[in-house]
Amino acid sequence: MGLKIALAGNPNSGKTTVFNALTGSTQYVGNWPGVTVEKKEGRLRGHKDVEIIDLPGIYSLSPYSLEEVIARNYLMEETPDAIINIVDASNIERNLYLTTQLLETGIPVVVALNMMDVVKRNGDTIHSSNLSAELGCPVVETSAAKGTGLSDLANAAMAAGQKADQAPLYLFSDTVERGITEIEQIAKDAVTDSRYNPRWLAIKLFENDEKVLENLRLPDRAAQAIRQIAESCEKEYDDDAESIVTTQRYDYITGIVGKHVVKNRKQKLTPSDKIDRVLTNRWLALPIFLLIMWGVYYVSIQSIGDMTIGWVETLIGEWIGGGVSTLLVNAGAAEWLHSLIIDGIIGGVGAVLVFVPQLMILFLFISILEDCGYMARVAFIMDRLFRKFGLSGKSFIPMLIGTGCSVPAIMASRTIENDKDRKMTIMLTPFIPCGAKLPVFALFVGAFFPTMAWVAPSMYLLGIVMVILSGVILKRTRPFRGDPAPFVMELPAYRFPRMKGVLIHMWERGKAFMIKAGTIIFVASGAIWFLQSFSWSLQMVDASESILASIGRVVAPIFIPLGFGNWQAAVASITGLLAKEVVVSTFGVLFGIAEASESDPTLLENIGQLFNPASGYAFMVFTLLAAPCFAAIGAMRREFNSWKWTLGTVAFQTGTAYVMALIAYQIGRLFL
Amino acid sequence: MKTLNKIPCGDTVTVTGIEGVGPVKRRIMDMGITKGSQVFVRKVAPLGDPVEITVKGYELTIRKEDAKKIQVG
Repeated sequence: MGLKIALAGNPNSGKTTVFNALTGSTQYVGNWPGVTVEKKEGRLRGHKDVEIIDLPGIYSLSPYSLEEVIARNYLMEETPDAIINIVDASNIERNLYLTTQLLETGIPVVVALNMMDVVKRNGDTIHSSNLSAELGCPVVETSAAKGTGLSDLANAAMAAGQKADQAPLYLFSDTVERGITEIEQIAKDAVTDSRYNPRWLAIKLFENDEKVLENLRLPDRAAQAIRQIAESCEKEYDDDAESIVTTQRYDYITGIVGKHVVKNRKQKLTPSDKIDRVLTNRWLALPIFLLIMWGVYYVSIQSIGDMTIGWVETLIGEWIGGGVSTLLVNAGAAEWLHSLIIDGIIGGVGAVLVFVPQLMILFLFISILEDCGYMARVAFIMDRLFRKFGLSGKSFIPMLIGTGCSVPAIMASRTIENDKDRKMTIMLTPFIPCGAKLPVFALFVGAFFPTMAWVAPSMYLLGIVMVILSGVILKRTRPFRGDPAPFVMELPAYRFPRMKGVLIHMWERGKAFMIKAGTIIFVASGAIWFLQSFSWSLQMVDASESILASIGRVVAPIFIPLGFGNWQAAVASITGLLAKEVVVSTFGVLFGIAEASESDPTLLENIGQLFNPASGYAFMVFTLLAAPCFAAIGAMRREFNSWKWTLGTVAFQTGTAYVMALIAYQIGRLFL
Repeated sequence: MKTLNKIPCGDTVTVTGIEGVGPVKRRIMDMGITKGSQVFVRKVAPLGDPVEITVKGYELTIRKEDAKKIQVG
């Protein structure tokens, strides 16, 4: 018979490693309905009929955070047959807090005391059989990193899945327990909804849990009677009911941990403490942080990453492009088909795929930083600076990656837990000039400012200023206003990253990017190729007579106040949506120069005639800030999980670009 | 009334209460900062905020602004 087993546990408890080990290669990654929180499912190795669902990593089942509500709703509405609760045994007190809440759902629980190897190394002892008797559920010792105890865990969970109900754990004080029993009586008569476990429901009613109350719509009399019971407890403990429950849970845990966990008292500093002393040292923290970031940037964007771009260009342009081209010519394909496949699709998708190895290296570093525990310290070190602009300390990573490419930068924003901070980071990261915008800047600097060294760096400065300015302004707008979420974050112990976990993580992110390049970019490059190659009468024509050119002529007047109201600039801005460096080659095509690079003298001359210094600078500003390329827009869509937010962001960026370019042109006209 | 944000590094204090209601309070308590628990103030971030504390045997970071809500004795 089929079983459904949910995996629950705190972040950093090793839950993902356990999930990977239990399910092997059968996992499927999706989203929880309607939200961007990842949902992973899989089947137990060797047991095709046992389904394993990975719940979000949570500290509690409170009604206040998205992840916690998802986990709660899943447990209440889908009622899995059993819960495997992954507990970080080296941090047992806080981890057991969630356990006490899971035990109340009535669903059979199996506790996995994970990271037992760390506990033993620290010289501590946990009497797991006593703990099991105390909690009233099986407790299995595991070490997911070392692969021990996992088959015992799977067997215990399957056995638990056959059980009907979890025995309740009476952990509260007599007064509170009495109150809960009374509430249970009242609720039994007032509530017809049978999906809730009666004791769980009574505790939630005692706590005055808003989500449960909303769903139930209790009759007024019952609600009043319940409030009265809670209030008499509140008076006795001089605290609100919710806090009484939380405090007593922790008091209970402190009690059992004191009895069944023996800590090695003589313990000196753990290796993790020693590492932390250096990495978050008052004076060394910032220099070390900058050094690590520079290292990541240097390896993945500059040295090795940059080399791989050349390799992929050769691979796609010469080998694949060349091979397919020969094939098509030999097969006698029509000229338009040849052009569509070679220039349109292979050229367009290729322009994006060149970034794949670079991205993979970046993702590898991010995964390592996350896995070893440094990412949490980054937030600790940078928080003060970034929260001034409505961002989080963790926003630094996406911004840094953004100097390479916005796509992985936007995807890296996933490590930011707070929803507002994450959205703001996604909106502002594309303002940081990415690698693909550099050839455009080089072209215009070459044409107008060959002797002015400040012009190119001024783009970086402007990008950073716009991030700060927009952050400060957006923070006051409706979607971002309101109380900031409390910044209370765990700083997990440092540990050596596990290669397998890191590689899985890297691959998942890289795959998501390639799928996007293979779909959105595929369609978009086909469409742009068509618009650029055909006239309205569907004849193949020169780019200057194409549909795109006529669209450019219609759009161009909008840019007159910015100084570049010519159709070529409009067309180049549109094709730049494919990938920003395409702006350069588009100008080349429009001036009839084949294979134009940004330093081509004829191209520079043509640009020099079409623009003047002020409008040239304004065009650079516009390219810097306007809507990013399709790949980045696709990444935004994926991370926002909302077209409304995505299109709103694109409009915001393009609007900002227009205003800033306008200002740049009008001021530039006076000086340049 | 002393609050956690005023405690110098290296001191250990006992929590006597948490101000406020709802999500912020619950989040702080969920992480183990409950009445009667011991909190060790470990260090301050290089830019002066947030602070790192030890509670229930693990490391936690909290902004001074939120630490202001935690009363200690």
